[in-house]
Amino acid sequence: MNTTSIINESLMGKGSFWFPAARTSLAPHTDQLYYWILWASIASFIGLFMVVVYFLWKYKYSPTNKVASKQIIDNIPLEIAWTVIPSLICLVIFYAGYIGFLHISLPPSNATEIHVVARKWMWQFDYPSGIKSIGELVVPVNEPIKLIMTSEDVVHSLYIPNFRIKRDVIPNRYSRVWFNANAIGNYQIFCAEFCGDGHSAMLGSVRVVSKEDYQKWQKEQNSGADLPLDVLGEKVYNSKGCNTCHSIDGSPKTGPTWKGLWGSNHKMSDGKMVVADENYIKESILDPKAKVVAGFQPVMPTFAGLLSEREINGIIEYLKKLK
Amino acid sequence: MSSEPTPAGMNYLNFPKGIKSWLCTLDHKRIGIMYLLFICISFALGGLFALALRLEHLNPGPLLFTAKQYNQLFTLHGAIMVFLFIVPSIPASLGNFILPLMLGAKDVAFPRLNLASLYIYVIGACFCVYSMIAGAADTGWTFYTPYSSTTDTSVISMTLGAFILGFSSIFTGINFLVTIHKLRAPGMKWFRMPLFVWALYATSIIQILATPVLGITLLLLILERSIGVGIFNPALGGDPVLFQHFFWFYSHPAVYIMILPAMGVISELVTTFSKKDIFGYKSIAFSSISIAIISFLVWGHHLFVSGQSDFADMLFSLLTFLVGIPSGIKVFNWIATMYKGSISFETPFLYFLSFLALFCIGGFTGIMLGSLSLDVYFHDTYFVVAHFHYVMMGGVVMAFLGGLHYWWPKMFGKMYSEFWGKIACAFIFVGFNMVFFTQFILGAKGMPRRYFNYLDQYQPLHAFSTYGSWVLGVGFLIMGFYLIDSLVNGKKASDNPWGGTTLEWTTQSPPIAENFLETPHVTQGPYERGKVAH
Ligand code: HEC
Ligand SMILES: [Cu+2]
Repeated sequence: MNTTSIINESLMGKGSFWFPAARTSLAPHTDQLYYWILWASIASFIGLFMVVVYFLWKYKYSPTNKVASKQIIDNIPLEIAWTVIPSLICLVIFYAGYIGFLHISLPPSNATEIHVVARKWMWQFDYPSGIKSIGELVVPVNEPIKLIMTSEDVVHSLYIPNFRIKRDVIPNRYSRVWFNANAIGNYQIFCAEFCGDGHSAMLGSVRVVSKEDYQKWQKEQNSGADLPLDVLGEKVYNSKGCNTCHSIDGSPKTGPTWKGLWGSNHKMSDGKMVVADENYIKESILDPKAKVVAGFQPVMPTFAGLLSEREINGIIEYLKKLK
Repeated sequence: MSSEPTPAGMNYLNFPKGIKSWLCTLDHKRIGIMYLLFICISFALGGLFALALRLEHLNPGPLLFTAKQYNQLFTLHGAIMVFLFIVPSIPASLGNFILPLMLGAKDVAFPRLNLASLYIYVIGACFCVYSMIAGAADTGWTFYTPYSSTTDTSVISMTLGAFILGFSSIFTGINFLVTIHKLRAPGMKWFRMPLFVWALYATSIIQILATPVLGITLLLLILERSIGVGIFNPALGGDPVLFQHFFWFYSHPAVYIMILPAMGVISELVTTFSKKDIFGYKSIAFSSISIAIISFLVWGHHLFVSGQSDFADMLFSLLTFLVGIPSGIKVFNWIATMYKGSISFETPFLYFLSFLALFCIGGFTGIMLGSLSLDVYFHDTYFVVAHFHYVMMGGVVMAFLGGLHYWWPKMFGKMYSEFWGKIACAFIFVGFNMVFFTQFILGAKGMPRRYFNYLDQYQPLHAFSTYGSWVLGVGFLIMGFYLIDSLVNGKKASDNPWGGTTLEWTTQSPPIAENFLETPHVTQGPYERGKVAH
């Protein structure tokens, strides 16, 4: 298991000028359609504006061209041509987009099913084996995965740019989306449907691993009762999504870093000073809005009911180590 | 309406005098001017919010605002720009002023209704301003449920504002429709109407048919929030996606409420400044009407990832491509109009050219978003933000500015500085592309919209977009200065400074109270030249 907080593959650095790197078998089809339309558009745009610029230059007002040299008001064949040709092109584009869409929206029947629960502002992934992972979706490479998603509060939207997929996650209904990741690595998850103060902090990552590592990960997740507390804490940090907002190396993310947090006396947004002790840490996890650290947004979701007493103790012990 | 004839040397601006004569006026021109004033104020306010939003994005992490304030700001920016600025912009200000003049009429059909629509607009605006002060809504201008049913901000006053503004829009629509049917000058057959009139006709149809749906939807939302009737909120047994359907059933046609009048203005600009009769008059007129009809059938393309059936997705995608065709036809016609013309590059024409370029980019990216698999990727990213700004700002606002400069001499009898006009247009064009072209790239790179914070990697692009917003701001600042300056120091405008052929150019600048000394008789098409000396 990786011990530092996850670093997702760069969306800007990797990939092409336009897109982040494509990491599923279907993603290149989407890109293909885009490039196809893009080049057709650029060609049409240049074509049109060459005509425009030529007209502007040729027919500009001048002492020798004071009035229009000829009043032409229609040309039926021309008008039919510029109605029919774009229509046909549009039909082709429509069809290509539709076929691509069918592939995206129809999961193969042998796909592994993982449940997704979205709430303000976290992603929870429930595996058939009973594993509950927050903020991090771990999947085996080259295997179709189907996500069955629902929300506990408002509409969210699961968006994985590297996979070119997105689907709204709606309260009181199930929506589904599927993918087949073809490269090992960590990829960004965004929430794409506006959901309030923590919308832009509702991040996550997909960790695509080899089949062996996937088995290993599942075993590790299922055990845990016998781990030492600080090791358990580290595990919670990585698997329950704390790492999407908190770093352990001193750099600020959406939330304050955990490095040097333990025992420090720091300022809250209401001006009070608070010492980070056991009670404070526990309160921060179960009722994050009770005391909000100065300079940060009140966007940490509550973990009440999601972490066991032992796991909270684990976090506390882990924090003590991050002096 | 003042029954006394206007004394010689007087015009609608200075006769009759006094504040009361303005507040109680029934003159469509005065009402148009007052609309123009409010619309410009709204635009300035919405623009300031936009500048603030962009400034926040100069760097990731909080700079000026908290997450909540940021969310409130983009909601206000969107709501103001859509409901208070763009929807009424061209029809209620320029349209009100020009439509009766173009028809050779003395006024609109229902002058009192016209004044009422202005007052309703102001009341609606007051609600929006009240919402701003009393804990502004943070839902986005789309008010999606169940977020909007549950947030603690003042959603009710904002939606009530939009609800009331809807009536203003409906009143204007009815008024224009009847005016066009009933008050055309003798001899002005349907196909002798200027294309701006056709565009307003098509717009009015949508205003009347679509706006009530928005009204009902917002009312239902208000009922849900205030007395807990479960319609959209699943916690009360409602369906949140139903809201999205209702909302876009209005708001997609509303896009055409915005762009159709803009296309009308563009048709006027291109014939006048090329000194050419329009190419394909009928196909431009009919394309306006067909856009108005098809626009009712495409709302579902906002819901491709919301979980409607694949069949519905397919149908809406197909219809979306269909609605693009008439717009394409118009573009070709405008370009063909310049052929063998005599083109002069005054400021309004520069806005025509800006429109043409930006609207084409908006259109091409619209094709991308209309195709299903690409929309799955681009939906709710900056790519969409960039696309609709290209259409709304690059399209509608450019046309609005073009129309404003074109009819300014007619409205106020004064010429603005051509030099500064061109400079401002250049700033606006360059600034606009800096802001929004960058956002296409951001969106393609995965940047979701409505994000208070963003990944560090996006910083250079965001910063560049912010620099662009400053260039854009400077452009508008210059424009504000020279336009106001022209009212005081501007050269007196002639009756027909651009050589236009439509009827508004046959009366004085600015016109007298009842527009024409004698009712004009129309004997030819709107853009037939030859008889016009220039
Ligand atoms: C969506 C982002 C997010 C996630 C996920 C998240 N936090 Fe937080 N957390 C924050 C923010 C923002 C703050 C600072 C504001 C506040 O105090 O509420 C914070 C504050 C804290 C604090 C107090 C820190 C201090 O400097 O006083 C603790 C302790 C904490 N979080 C623990 C956790 C734990 C444990 C997890 C995982 C189980 C977690 N957080 C997950 C965003 C997050
Ligand atoms: Cu969300």
